[in-house]
This record gives sequence, structure tokens and C-alpha cells, in this order.
Amino acid sequence: MMTNPGSQITQGQFSFLPPLTDVQITAQIKYALKSGWSLAVEYTDDPHPRNTYWEMFGNPMFDLKDPAGILMEINNCRKTFPNHYIRVMAFSSAYGIESPTMSYIVNRPKNEPGFGLVREEAEGRSIRYTVHSYATEKSEGERY
Amino acid sequence: MASETMKEGKERYKSGVIPYKKMGYWEPDYKIKDTDMLAMFRMTPQPGMDPEEVAAAVAGESSTATWTVVWTDRLTACEMYRAKCYRCDLVPNTGEGTKTEAQYFIYIAYELDLFEGGSIANLTASIIGNVFGMKAVKALRLEDMRIPVAYLKTFQGPATGVIVERERLDKFGRPLLGATTKPKLGLSGRNYGRVVYEALKGGLDFVKDDENINSQPFMHWRDRFLYCMEAVNKAAAATGEVKGHYLNVTAGTMEEMYARAEFAKSLGSVIIMIDLVIGYTAIQSMAIWARKNDMILHLHRAGNSAYSRQKNHGMSFRVICKWMRMAGVDHIHAGTVVGKLEGDPLMIRGYYDTLLDTHTPMNLEKGLFFEQNWASLNKCMPVASGGIHAGQMHQLLTYLGDDVVLQFGGGTIGHPQGIQAGAVANRVALEAMVLARNEGRDIWNEGPQILQDAAKWCAPLKAGLDTWKDVSFNYESTDTPDFVPSATTSV
Repeated sequence: MMTNPGSQITQGQFSFLPPLTDVQITAQIKYALKSGWSLAVEYTDDPHPRNTYWEMFGNPMFDLKDPAGILMEINNCRKTFPNHYIRVMAFSSAYGIESPTMSYIVNRPKNEPGFGLVREEAEGRSIRYTVHSYATEKSEGERY
Repeated sequence: MASETMKEGKERYKSGVIPYKKMGYWEPDYKIKDTDMLAMFRMTPQPGMDPEEVAAAVAGESSTATWTVVWTDRLTACEMYRAKCYRCDLVPNTGEGTKTEAQYFIYIAYELDLFEGGSIANLTASIIGNVFGMKAVKALRLEDMRIPVAYLKTFQGPATGVIVERERLDKFGRPLLGATTKPKLGLSGRNYGRVVYEALKGGLDFVKDDENINSQPFMHWRDRFLYCMEAVNKAAAATGEVKGHYLNVTAGTMEEMYARAEFAKSLGSVIIMIDLVIGYTAIQSMAIWARKNDMILHLHRAGNSAYSRQKNHGMSFRVICKWMRMAGVDHIHAGTVVGKLEGDPLMIRGYYDTLLDTHTPMNLEKGLFFEQNWASLNKCMPVASGGIHAGQMHQLLTYLGDDVVLQFGGGTIGHPQGIQAGAVANRVALEAMVLARNEGRDIWNEGPQILQDAAKWCAPLKAGLDTWKDVSFNYESTDTPDFVPSATTSV
């Protein structure tokens, strides 16, 4: 169990708020679409802070501009992976950005085991640190 | 020569002293080239002096001139190398009939070949070199510059840039949150790291060394680095987020700064920090080191107010922003609007635009006197630090937007329930405000209510709002833009 405030992984824009309702998620989708961004749904069972590439639940939805349709994709992902981390991302293709512009978690496993810190004593007083996902002690697909 | 005021040939080069205006430094008909360096100064002439003559003297002394005629000019393409003052406007609300003595906005164009590529030191040796001490000017202030694309392309620019920084940190769509460890001096390494750990575990993204924390008797730099990295890594494991602490590597020599930066890298830090007082060349060198070593480079603007704050003499902070984006820093303190340090809202927006835009249009209200194409130089993240707290979140987000590091030092560490609670209060306030803004709510007016609603389920936010509800710093700014919205004509 995690011991930080909230006892959960705090990646993304809204991890300190109560879980977002579908109405709230729809409002965020509308904001992204209004900004000209494309939305994507990604999931993982290894939320290590350096695990950049979560699995894509399909490509980014470049041509889908209907908030209800995008919410449906999010909910399809939740149905398929009810005990994974799922995040909604927005991508901007505008010159000078060309990068993600939003990222927030919309689904979590029931229990979040979190991470351990592995310390390897090195020369002098130096320590080499490794953040270890407890979840990855089990194989893919059997983690939560 | 386009100027009718300049003498030519033999007459021009007769030994003796002639007015700068007649030496070719005043050219009101000059056609600006895309490759010209442009500078705009606020100039206060000595009483009784012809402003155009003093303006020409500024152009002269910041380029090729000396006080007397020299025949050796005729061995060079001197007409090209001479800077040309092409415009001299009385500053509105100065001069006769006002309380302020006459000041002039003077515009000077410099040939690109006057400057060595990739060297802020060379650029500044001309532009803010001898001219500021000339007797003919009573006061002089560099207000803005237009750097030509051809010159910008000789600079590395920010080592990491806002986009890559966000990708590396995995933080998108919201301002980053930081705090400066307090007290800024006196803590031992072990005690110092405690503050870092608590603040990061509570929810901040960054904690920061202060500008004058280097290697003092109470805490030598290696101790600080070791304890801070223990705190950073422990907090990353506790939260599942990438965390950082700006390790200040400022030191007396380049050798020592490199040694400290290398140690920070070996410990796995994502970010290091330097102070503006180390100088332009040292900053450029550290930026090259940072690019080569995948390190974010934070710049604390220590010292700037010594020459940027007074309106009539020195230089505007927006020019420092331009030079620092060229020099290659990734973060720079650029004002809070609502905090304890100097700042008019529109002027500060002008600094932020200068750091973040790919192309900045001319905007006199924001103090931006020139259009500026940024030639694909990375964006530099502005940092808002000094006397801000969670209760101002709606104002901060409205004024400063998403691309900013909001630093709540006192607002985190001074929280009545402790440092972690302080961090929670700030993060909850931020996320609630970003959520509301994205939902289309009018956060400027509804902000206090949005915070109160979040405080109903977040006790640390409630305690923070109650503690700092009456704190504000409403002083008149010393530096405001003077402008006439419509175009002015030369006097």
C-alpha cells in the first residue's frame, strides 16, 4: 500500500482530485477538442514513472471529434482492462508544441502496491537509486 | 548616404571633433534590413542637449565611433559598420509640462557583422558597453532588442526546452509546482533534505536551492547533493512520479561548477541550477554542458534587479529574458504578478511571451517594442516565485497560464499542518483550478469559490486558505510600459 497523501500514484493532471465522473471527463474531452488536440487512451500494468510507453488502446483518435464517441472508447478500455491504469492523453500537432498537452488517469487497479526504492551503495557516500515497481514482480497480465 | 545630415568625403574626415549626427550615426530615412540587430533605448539627455545628437552618440559609442574624427575609418567599409539611430521619439508624459524630465525612445540599427556569432558577451560588450557611462546621457535604459534570425541561429538556445522537459518529467497540461527550501541558509544537509522529501512526497514536482546556497560552513555542497538526492528518489518511489531538486552548482570558477554538475549527474538528478551573477559566458558554457548531459538548467535571476528595476537607467528584464533564452537556460524566474516581488501584469506577460513564443508580435502594452521571430530556439520555462500561496491560484493560472513553475516556498513550508500538508494544499488547489478552467468556468471570478469547494474535502487546503487569506502585496510597480497606442512620428 502506498503511504503518500491519497495513497495512490499521483501521475497526471488530476490525481489529487476525487475520481473524475463521466460528466467531468466529457468536459475535459471538449476542452481538448476545442483546443484542436487529438485524444488517445492508453493503459498499463507497470506504472513506473519512467515507463513512457503505456499500451495504446488504438491509435490517437485524430478524426473523432465527438466527445460521446471518445468517452465510449475510454469506457471500452475500462471494460477490457478494469484493473489496469488507464490514462487519457491529448496530443497537439501545432508548430512549437508537437507533443502531449494533457494526461490524466481515469482508471486504477483496486490495490496500488506502489514502488520500492533500491539503494546500491557506491563509492564515497554516493548511492545509486532504482525505483522498483512492486507490480512487476509478477508477469505481465497477472499483476493486479 | 541616405542621410542629408552627414558630411561627406574630405570634409567628413578632417581632424577635429564634429557632432555624431554629422558622422553618420543619425539616419532617419534608414531602411531596416532583416539581418540588422535592433535596439531601443530610453534615453535622458543632459539638460540643453539636442536629443538627436545624444541619440546619435549612443549609436556611435555602441558601434564604431570614438570622440574625435579618425582618418583610419577610411580604410574600412565604415558606413556599413556605423550603427544608425533611425528614430527618436519623446516618451509620452515626460518633458515640458510634466513632472518628469524629457526622455526619448531611440531606435538603433546595427549591422550583423558587428557581432561575433554565439557570444552574448560580445553582443553585450557593444550594446551595454561604454554607452551607459557617456557624459552626454544623463541616464540610459535598454528597453528591448530585435535579434535577427541569422544571429539567433548561431546560438544553441535552451538546453532542454519546455517541450522536452515536460516529456522527460511526464507532466502535461498544468503548471509545475515547486518550492524553495527555507530557511535559505543555516540548515545542515540532513535537515535540508528533510524539507525536500516532505515537499516532494506531499505533491510538489520540484524543490529548489536558493540563490545563495553554494557551499557554506553549515552545509558543504556534496552533503547537500547527497541528502537531496536521497529525498528526491525516496519521494519518486512514494508517489510514482518523476521528482527533482534544483541543485545549485554556482561556484567561484568554471572548473568547480563543472565538478558540481558532474556530481549532480552521477547521482541521477534531472536538473541543476545556476545564478545569473556567474556571467553570460559561464551561463552559455553550463548550457552546453546541460545539453550534452541531458540535464535541465535552472537559472535564478540573482542580481537582475540591481540594474533592471529602475525605469530610467539600466536595462529591462525582457532583454535579459531574450539573452538568457539565447544563452540556453531552461528555466528563468520571470515574476509572479501577485507575489512579493516587482511586476506589472502586462509587463510580466511580455517577459513570459518572450520566453515561450515561437514568434512574438510587437505589443506596446506588454512593453514589446519589436516583432521577434524565435528561429526555432527552444522555449524557456518561466518560474514564478516569491510570496505566492494557494489562495491566489485562480489569479496565477489566469495571468501566467500552464507553462510556468509556480514556486510556493513559504506557502508550502509555512503550512500550519506541516510541509506535506502544504504541498497537498497547493497541488489540490492547482488541479481543481485547472479542471475548472478546462470545464469553461470563469475562474477569475469563481476562483475563491472553487478553492472553498475543494477545501470542503481537503483539510490541508482549508488550513492554508485560512492562514493566508489576507496576504497580498499591492504596491505600485516601478516599471510600467510608457507607450502611445497609435504610431508616433519622429520629433
